[in-house]
Amino acid sequence: MRDLRIGVDVGGTNTDAVVLDAANRIVAATKQATSADVTAGMRNAITAVLEQLGDERQRVGRVMLGTTHATNAILERRRLGRVAAVRLGAPSSKSVPPMESWPADLRECVLAGAAVLGGGNYVDGREIAPLDEEGLRRFLATIAGHADAVAVTSVFSPASNEQELRAAEIVAEELGAQVPVSVSHEIGALGLLERENAAVLNAALYQVAAHVHDALQEVLDQHGLDVTRYFAQNDGTLMTVDYAARYPVLTIGSGPANSIRGAAYLSGLSDAIVADVGGTSTDLGVLVNGFPRVSSAGVEIGGVRTNFRMPDILALALGGGTVIGTDGVPGTTSVGYRIGTEALVFGGSTATMTDACVAAGRAAIGTVRPPAELAGVLRRTDEQVADAVDRMSLGKSDLPLVVVGGGAFLVPDGLPGVSEVVRPSHGGVANAVGAAIALVSGSIETIVPAGAGRREAIDTAVETARGRAVQAGADPAAVEVVEVTEIPLSYLPEPALRVQIKAAGPLGKI
Amino acid sequence: MHDGKTITPAEIPPLTRGCAILGTGGGGVVTVAALSAERALRQYGDVDLVTLADLPADGLVLPLGSIGAPTVSHEMLPSGDEGLIIRETVEQTLGKPVVAVMASEIGGGNGVEPVALAARLGLPLLDADGMGRAFPEVQMVSMYVAGRDPGLVVLADVQGNVAALRPASGTWSETLARAVCVAMGSTALMADYILPVGEMRGAAIEGTVSRAIAIGRAVIGAEDPVGSLTAELGASNLITGKVVDIERRTGGGFVRGSVVIDGVGDCKGRLLRVEIQNENLVALEDGEVRASVPDLITIVDSQTAEAISTESLRYGQRVSVLAWPCAPLWRTSAGLRTAGPAAFGYDIDYVPVEEANA
Repeated sequence: MRDLRIGVDVGGTNTDAVVLDAANRIVAATKQATSADVTAGMRNAITAVLEQLGDERQRVGRVMLGTTHATNAILERRRLGRVAAVRLGAPSSKSVPPMESWPADLRECVLAGAAVLGGGNYVDGREIAPLDEEGLRRFLATIAGHADAVAVTSVFSPASNEQELRAAEIVAEELGAQVPVSVSHEIGALGLLERENAAVLNAALYQVAAHVHDALQEVLDQHGLDVTRYFAQNDGTLMTVDYAARYPVLTIGSGPANSIRGAAYLSGLSDAIVADVGGTSTDLGVLVNGFPRVSSAGVEIGGVRTNFRMPDILALALGGGTVIGTDGVPGTTSVGYRIGTEALVFGGSTATMTDACVAAGRAAIGTVRPPAELAGVLRRTDEQVADAVDRMSLGKSDLPLVVVGGGAFLVPDGLPGVSEVVRPSHGGVANAVGAAIALVSGSIETIVPAGAGRREAIDTAVETARGRAVQAGADPAAVEVVEVTEIPLSYLPEPALRVQIKAAGPLGKI
Repeated sequence: MHDGKTITPAEIPPLTRGCAILGTGGGGVVTVAALSAERALRQYGDVDLVTLADLPADGLVLPLGSIGAPTVSHEMLPSGDEGLIIRETVEQTLGKPVVAVMASEIGGGNGVEPVALAARLGLPLLDADGMGRAFPEVQMVSMYVAGRDPGLVVLADVQGNVAALRPASGTWSETLARAVCVAMGSTALMADYILPVGEMRGAAIEGTVSRAIAIGRAVIGAEDPVGSLTAELGASNLITGKVVDIERRTGGGFVRGSVVIDGVGDCKGRLLRVEIQNENLVALEDGEVRASVPDLITIVDSQTAEAISTESLRYGQRVSVLAWPCAPLWRTSAGLRTAGPAAFGYDIDYVPVEEANA
C-alpha cells in the first residue's frame, strides 16, 4: 500500500518535512536547518522523517517539494541560464527593448541576445504583422551556442497564442529540441513587459530546476524510494515534476502559499486569516475558499517587475527573536537563530520578544525569569498585529485567525477584529503540511467579449484551465473551477472583460 | 534663451511620481512611459524644459498624448516613430516649424511620455499641459475651454498610419479621434490644438511639468510622505481610512463606479464616498460634496503617498484622500461646462474645494 506522502518545504532558515497518511494524519515531522548547499538540508529532512517511519517507509508513494531554490538563484545570480529574448510585435513595441528595466548585473548574467521581430496581434485578434519567420531564423543563428534557452513573447498572446507556438517550433527546428523555450502566454498575464520578464526569468531557471530535480532524485535514490514527485507553486497548488521542469518560475512564492494552506488544513478552516510567526518576522496571509488570496499588485523578483499572481502577504518585522531596545520599544533587528543563547530566558543578555512573552505569562520557556516590566511592550506589538490583521481582513471582523510558527505565542488570544484565535497542533511545520496536502491546478487569463459570445468564450477558457490542471497532474474526474474573476476593461469599442480562471483538483490516483 | 531648466534621467522618478498623483486615479500607467523616457534621454540627450516666453511667437507647439484603452497600451507598446510622423505631417500641412512638444495631459503616463517624444524629436518640452491633471475625454482640455479651435488633429499608430482630421468642434474631435483610434488597434498617439506659441498663451496651463517634478520630490524620501505631499499640493486631506467597498461597472466605454473609505484614527466614524469614471470625480460625505471635478481628487497610500489608480483600488487598502484646487481656467463657466460635475452626469453644484473644506 503506497498511501503515505512526504511534504518538504525548503525555506531560507529551516527545511521542514512531514509525512501524511491517506487520511492526512501527520505520522512523522521534522525541522532541520537549511544548509548553504540547500540540498543537504533537504536530504537531512527527508532522512529524518524516513527514520521516524522505519519499515513503514515502503508505504511512501509521493513527495511534494516546496523550495526557495529559484528565488535564491535569482537573488544570488547563481546557476542562471543565458536567455535569448524574442519579442514578436514589430512594428509596434519597439520603443522599450526586452529586459530594459532589469538590474544591470542580472541582465548581464542572463541576456544572450534580444530581438523585436515582426509579429503580434491586436486586442481584437487581427495580426499586427505576420510572424517574421526569416528574421527569427536569422536571429537564432546569431545566438546559437550562446543561449541556454529562448523566451518568446508576442503582443496579446494571452488572447492569441498562435505566433508564440509557431515561433517555438522554429526554435526547435533551428536550435534543436534540447534548447528549451518559454512561451509567455503559458506564464504571465496581460502587460507585455511584465509577462516578458516572467518568461525570460522562467527560461533562465531551467538549469536551477534541473539541479533541484537531480538533487531530489539523488536523495530518493539513496533511500531506495521510487515515488512520484511534485513541486509546489506560488498559488498553493502542485505541479508534476515534468510541468515544474517547464515552469520553474512558478515555484517562486510557494513557501508562504504552503504555509497558509497548511495552517488552514491543520485548523480545519477554509476561510481565515493566517499568521506565521517566525524568529524575525510575521507573515500574514488570507485563506479564501481554501486558497491563499492573491496580491493584485505586480511583484518584483530580484528587482525584476513581473505580473505573477502571488499570495497576498503582509510581512511585519516582528518575531520571537525581535530585540527590545533599552527604551522598551521593539526594534527591527532579531537575534535570529542565536535566540537559544542570547535571549534573557536562556541566560543571555538581550531582551527579546520571547522574553516579553514569558514575562507576561504567554509562554513558559527557558530557565531564567525575565524582568516583569518587559511585558509592557506587548501592548504595542498587540496593536501592531491587530492593525495588520485588520488590513488583511477586508473589513470582515468575523474571520478566525490561525497562528502558526515558532513564535505563535506572540499573538494574544483576545485579539480584536477576529472571531477567535486558533492554534493548531503541528503549527511549526505548517508549510510542509501545506505542500503535502495541496491540490493541483491550472489557470488562464484572457480577454473575452462582454456582450454576445461572452458565455462561449468563458466556457472555452474554463476548459483550457481544466485541461491545464489535468496536465499538471489533477484527477480529471475531480477537477473543479475554483475561481472566475471578470474585470471590465475601459476605452474599448466593444465592451470586453479580462477573465481569470483557475481550476483545481486532488492528485490523480497512483 | 530659457531659464536653464533641463530634464535629465534624474528627473524621471520624481516626474513619474508627480504625474501619477496629478492623474487623479486615471491617466494610464506611468511605468512604461518612465522606462521609455529614461531610455530616450540616454539615447538622444537631455531635454530642455522651456516656458512660452522662451519660444518664438509664431513657432508651433505640438501637444501630444496617447489615446485609447490603458489595458491595450500596457500590452502593445509604441513603435517609437509615432512622434516623428506626426511632426512631419504637422509641418507639411501647416507649413510652419514645430518649436516645442507639450503634454496634452500631465496626469498619468501621458505626462511622462512627452519627455521621450521631445528627446526623440530633438525639441524642448514646454513646461505646461492642457489639463493640469487627467481627464477622460479629448475635448476636456484647457485650449478648448479658452475657445481655441482644435484645428488639425493628427493620430499616428504603431504601423506608421497617420490620420489627419479637421473636426468641426472639440466634441467632434473626441468622436472622430475615438473612431480612428479603434481602427488603429485601440491605442494611438494624438496631437490636437497644435497652436502657435502666441495663441498658447492663456490657453495652456503653465508650469505643470515642473510642478509634477516638485510634487515627486516632496514625496520621495520624505519622513511623512502624505504630510509632505499635502503641504506641497496645498490640498485638503478629506479622510484617512480604509477602503471598505468598491463597485465597478462598464458603460459607454468607461469604467464607472465608486469607492467607500471608512475613517481610521482621527477620522474614525466617518465615511467618504468617491465616485469614479476612470478618474476620481466627486467625493461625498453624509450627502455633502467635499470635492468635485474639475478640482483634483487623488487617493494615495496612507503610508507611502503612492498614488492609487482607480483600477488598482482594492478592499482593505489604507489610503488618504487628498483634494486640491484645479487651474483657474477650469473654474470659468466654460471650464465648468466642459469638465464640471454636470459634464460627467452629476446633478450637483460645483463648490470650490477650498470653500467646501474651509
